[in-house]
Amino acid sequence: MCSQVQAVLQPHMPDSWNKKNKPHKFCPGCGHGLVLKALGEAIDELGIKSKVVFGCDIGCSLLAWDFLDVDSTQTHHGRTTPVMTGIKRSNPDLVCVAYMGDGGGYAIGSQHTVNAAARNERITMIVVNNTNYGMTGGQMAPTTLPGQKTETTPYGRDVQETGNPTRGPEMVAAITPEGAYVARGTVANMRQLKTFIKRALENQIAGRGISFVEALSTCPTNWRTNAKSTWAFLEKDMTQYFPVGEIKVPAKEGE
Amino acid sequence: MTGNEVVAWAALAAGAEIMFGYPITPQNEIMHYWTRLAPKYNRKFLQTEDEISAGFTTCGAIQAGRKAFTATAGPGNVLMQEPFGMAEAMRLPMLAIIQQRGGPSSGTVVYSQQEVTLTTYGGNGEGHRIVYSTANHQELYDYVIKGFNTAWKYRFPTFVLGDGYQAKMREPMTMYDPAERGIEMVAPQPLIGLPGQIGKDREAQHLCNIYSLEEELYDVVQRFDAEYRQMAPMIEEHQQLHCEDAEVLVIAHGVVSRAALDAVEILQAEGKKVGWFRPITLRPFPHAALEKAAARASQLLVVESAMGQLARLVKEELFMQCRPIQGLYRPAVGIMADEVVAKLRTMI
Amino acid sequence: MAGKVWRVAIAGEGGQGVQVIGDTLAEVAYDEGKESSYLPNFGLEQRGGVSIAFVQIGEDEIGSPKFKVADVVVALSARAVRRMHMHVGPETVFVYDCSIADELEAGDLPTNVKRVLCIKALQASKEELDPRVFNMIVLGAILALTGVVTLEDIQKVLDKKLGYKFSQNPALRDLNFRALHRGMEMVEQAAQ
Repeated sequence: MCSQVQAVLQPHMPDSWNKKNKPHKFCPGCGHGLVLKALGEAIDELGIKSKVVFGCDIGCSLLAWDFLDVDSTQTHHGRTTPVMTGIKRSNPDLVCVAYMGDGGGYAIGSQHTVNAAARNERITMIVVNNTNYGMTGGQMAPTTLPGQKTETTPYGRDVQETGNPTRGPEMVAAITPEGAYVARGTVANMRQLKTFIKRALENQIAGRGISFVEALSTCPTNWRTNAKSTWAFLEKDMTQYFPVGEIKVPAKEGE
Repeated sequence: MTGNEVVAWAALAAGAEIMFGYPITPQNEIMHYWTRLAPKYNRKFLQTEDEISAGFTTCGAIQAGRKAFTATAGPGNVLMQEPFGMAEAMRLPMLAIIQQRGGPSSGTVVYSQQEVTLTTYGGNGEGHRIVYSTANHQELYDYVIKGFNTAWKYRFPTFVLGDGYQAKMREPMTMYDPAERGIEMVAPQPLIGLPGQIGKDREAQHLCNIYSLEEELYDVVQRFDAEYRQMAPMIEEHQQLHCEDAEVLVIAHGVVSRAALDAVEILQAEGKKVGWFRPITLRPFPHAALEKAAARASQLLVVESAMGQLARLVKEELFMQCRPIQGLYRPAVGIMADEVVAKLRTMI
Repeated sequence: MAGKVWRVAIAGEGGQGVQVIGDTLAEVAYDEGKESSYLPNFGLEQRGGVSIAFVQIGEDEIGSPKFKVADVVVALSARAVRRMHMHVGPETVFVYDCSIADELEAGDLPTNVKRVLCIKALQASKEELDPRVFNMIVLGAILALTGVVTLEDIQKVLDKKLGYKFSQNPALRDLNFRALHRGMEMVEQAAQ
């Protein structure tokens, strides 16, 4: 009887997940677990887990350092992209995934994002966008929405003072050469997110160019929202500024 | 050849596989020569968007098991302290060539010995690094080769500390293939991206670089320190002359040690008891050798193209021996033998 | 001459060929079995700004690559003349190109030196020889003042370095060698 219950309750985890340290340490309602599930499933479907090298940033993404059953390394804040670049340039057969938050991608790491994009580095960047700096207590991020309250914008983000939210994938798409794959998914649509990540990895394996996926994600801890308003913010408010879909796709052969 | 060219050839001879770098005077020619040599010898290169990236791409390449190196100077050295810190923390066999220029900040593009503190103890760590201070082109060659071996054997970030004069000047030297001289090059090993199937041939490698509890980090730092101290006697290097009966001991490193030696010889020829001590490794500092060399001297003179950065290291090493220490400090300016002679005459 | 180190400092505007002169001089000395060192010293600008070449030639290993007081200073622009005051001493021979005499003000030329002379290197390169061999005239003058290597030594090195170009264009070889000779002549004539 007990073992039957266990079999029913056991969540299905991707093979490329590290089963030994689950359940994971992310906050309840955090989107990271979902993004990593999409990534794990994509790795499984491609059968590449022994060839993947996974780099994570600082911030909440650092908790992913031993999340997957793949070779992984922590790096520094904003420096995951160059570390993965160094690895890919050393051993091009490896599938290098640079996993970071919106700060790592668009603030401290922005010069690396821009230059990796311009060079069309054959790596896969996954930027988890939850409109704030979670680990450090919920400060403003480049992706914070206008009027959104954070620890460093307690009265709401003033775009006159601090600019508009950064649209990372659009910026990357604008500067990448042909061969890049750029998309924005959301943890509100897991099948689509997994498809985008899978295509991103395939793009790297085919050696066409950089692949960049932003994943709209949730942070109820710092948003101070309940389950219902968390999903509402993700699905209604965030999509006002961050359209979901594929933004740049390499031309098909022969086109 | 210029010093920078020598460095490029030495890296080639040492079997370096990939270089990452960003332009900053006076080390640019290291990249110029490397990029010309690289395709002929099947080596790689990437010019990154800045020094931070140059350092981190080098870290990544080392994690992937490649013999990688970088080079920088001045403000670039400041930026690279971040990736050097990662190398210290994750015990990555990093080799970086530093060609010191005037500081602080943009200073001059020319020369100084003002990056001693930065290179020996930069970053937010405990200075678990190896620093070789070269004085001539032959040493640039020798210590780049040795630096790779030291780094890959002991896994502490290793630096060859030159300067803008060494970088740009021409002087004679002899190149060689390490194998010809019986020098065996340590083979690099990957930390991630290992061959084999996860689950079947091997486990997944998870490299951690942040700790939740203070005690965890304490244990790590203590362990690194113990390994560092154990290694130190095997790699400390120095040169000395006329120390046994010296009344005044002159201490200098790098290119300045040449002028210091000339000065000491001039005074020795006059029968004056002046000694010369030159640390080659600034980290780990040749502590025992300095204690012994300074034992009989009643005064010390530290000569450097900085404002006491070498002196600070010396004072730490000679803490238990109270001794008046004077400094001939010429931050960012070359030092000639006659200046040292003039200063010594006031001390004898 | 054992133990004697010749210290030659050449200074001019970026683009005048100062570094080429210094580099060639050091290389010639090295090829002739001497110890030599060459240190370029320049401002931030790739072009423009005073460019200085410090060359040392001796029998023993050279100590500090930089030196304070030169045995011979060659200053090829008014700005260089002023800049080089810090590198002269009572035994220094100070050479400048006559063409810049108009730009010099009272006090620009150093007085605390052994000898000051001007050579018409620029004029000769324009009127007698070729503007491109201005460097070689200056190099010839340095040879005559120091005697550190012989004319034959330099010609041998030039033949080795530029042998290919010379074989393509023999007139070029002749031009360079005549320029060297002319420079030496200028110094010998000035001595009279």
